[in-house]
Amino acid sequence: MKDGFARPHDEESALREWKSKRRARIVQQTLTGASPVFLLAVWELLSRTELIDSRFFPAPTSIVGTFFDMIASGEMLSHVSISLLRIAAGFLLGTVPAVMLGLMMGMYRPMKAFFSPLLMALMPIPTLALMPIIVILFGIGEGSKIVTIAGSVFFPVVINTAAGVANIDRIYIDVAKNYGASPKAFFFKIALPGALPVMMEGIQMGQAIALLTIVAAEMIGAREGIGYLIWSSYKLFLFEPMYVGLILISFFGYMFSLLLRWLKNRLVPWQ
Amino acid sequence: MHAPEAKIAIEGIAKVFYKKKQSILALQDITLRIRDGEFVTLLGPSGCGKTTLLRILAGLEKPSAGHFDVRRTDEQKPLQSMIFQENGVIPWMTVEQNVAFGLNLRKLPAKLVKERTHYYLEKTGLTPFAKLYPKELSGGMKQRVSIARAFANDPELLLMDEPFAALDEQNKFILQEELLRIWEEHRKTVVFITHSIDEAILVSDRIVLMSAHPGRIVAEKRIDLPRPRSVEQIRSDPGMAQLFVEIWNHLQREVQGARSEFKPCKG
Ligand SMILES: Nc1ncnc2c1ncn2[C@@H]1O[C@H](COP(=O)(O)OP(=O)(O)O)[C@@H](O)[C@H]1O
Ligand SMILES: [Mg+2]
Repeated sequence: MKDGFARPHDEESALREWKSKRRARIVQQTLTGASPVFLLAVWELLSRTELIDSRFFPAPTSIVGTFFDMIASGEMLSHVSISLLRIAAGFLLGTVPAVMLGLMMGMYRPMKAFFSPLLMALMPIPTLALMPIIVILFGIGEGSKIVTIAGSVFFPVVINTAAGVANIDRIYIDVAKNYGASPKAFFFKIALPGALPVMMEGIQMGQAIALLTIVAAEMIGAREGIGYLIWSSYKLFLFEPMYVGLILISFFGYMFSLLLRWLKNRLVPWQ
Repeated sequence: MHAPEAKIAIEGIAKVFYKKKQSILALQDITLRIRDGEFVTLLGPSGCGKTTLLRILAGLEKPSAGHFDVRRTDEQKPLQSMIFQENGVIPWMTVEQNVAFGLNLRKLPAKLVKERTHYYLEKTGLTPFAKLYPKELSGGMKQRVSIARAFANDPELLLMDEPFAALDEQNKFILQEELLRIWEEHRKTVVFITHSIDEAILVSDRIVLMSAHPGRIVAEKRIDLPRPRSVEQIRSDPGMAQLFVEIWNHLQREVQGARSEFKPCKG
């Protein structure tokens, strides 16, 4: 009759364990939600009471006020749209050739032997440091900004793509050969999908770098854009719009990473 | 009845691998004839060059000496399909796409591809899993995909490299019988590799015993058991126990011999 005793006891303790786990989870979620609220509340309080200089650290509520004013005036839209356009164009201009070159390098050893040293030499140079040259080559207009972003996105993508192909397990290459895959079939059925997971990591890295680059590039030579908004507000000692710019960067950074994660789950459903 | 023509004629094949300054003679003077529809097993200790020989037949490796011929009966059919030891099921293709892999590469009509794919999915019990990716399958299921893919491709000959070596006993017995059942429908020529004597006796028409360092053919055994065969039937046949011991002794001598003789050759 040991069983008859054991069972209710087990159920009870299982229930207790489940409850305590749930409690721990709720506490954690609350803490996660509370930390920004807490920070903002402290900031608001310190700023209102002038314990910190409200010119440099304006109260969050007044930043939010500026945020909505800028939406209403249309200023926000013009900054955001031009920045997004530059990011999108630069991102594509950098990613597409990087993927193609990376696949080639992964598939053909001579390509890799030829391009590797060039990439290794160029990669450590921050694209921003090349901006003067880029401006000379592409003018001070949109071209130079897009090329700057493209340049900084290019390297992580090309290197990850080549590594992605190189790391495809030999067995799949043998299978493709054994089943008579043509070079074209090999490219589309083995090399490209096999490289995709590592390639997507490179693209995610490229996205983060693109965001860094756009802000810096727009600080250097632009009349519009989120980077320009941050820099020009700072120079005019208008700190509310500067913080609005920072919030926008943070927001779009988060959105882009969500978008890419979604894309990765769509493109790599097999992992 | 005339003597059946050889489907595969292997003549004096040798294979040397070079590793840094050493050379390894993986295969030496392999000569073998395999009849059409024969199920031949290469049996030997690991490292005796079984995989190397199969990879040569599969066109994945070139022999250092010698050559082989496969007599074709149908120009439309691919020469051979291999079932790899590591199964080689492609992770970014669904079960169905994996099974249809060879057929699609040959650009066969979609209707035919679908028919044949479904036929072998059904035969291997994979139909409910057709749309899944391999990561969701067990080892036994993956090996079924690999088997279905090879059979669906309908080649002149099938090459199988220890297809069940990684499976647990239970699954191994089940898959061995499944394989025989599918094979018995068309009786394609098969070159099968194993290091398991039991498995060799169960599946083969003929067992070719190999020795290691260098890999050579040392003996042959014909298995004249009627088909269809089952694991149970083979296990309970006293003649088979006798055969097992014979093969065991033979391999034992070879392993012992190799151990005392083996010196890596400097090249
Ligand atoms: N690509 C290779 N390079 C160098 N040595 C190899 C290579 N492939 C196989 N070998 C060697 O050849 C011998 C036979 O290997 P293998 O054909 O895999 O044997 P088995 O399949 O019977 O276990 C082994 O000694 C192995 O180390
Ligand atoms: Mg092997």
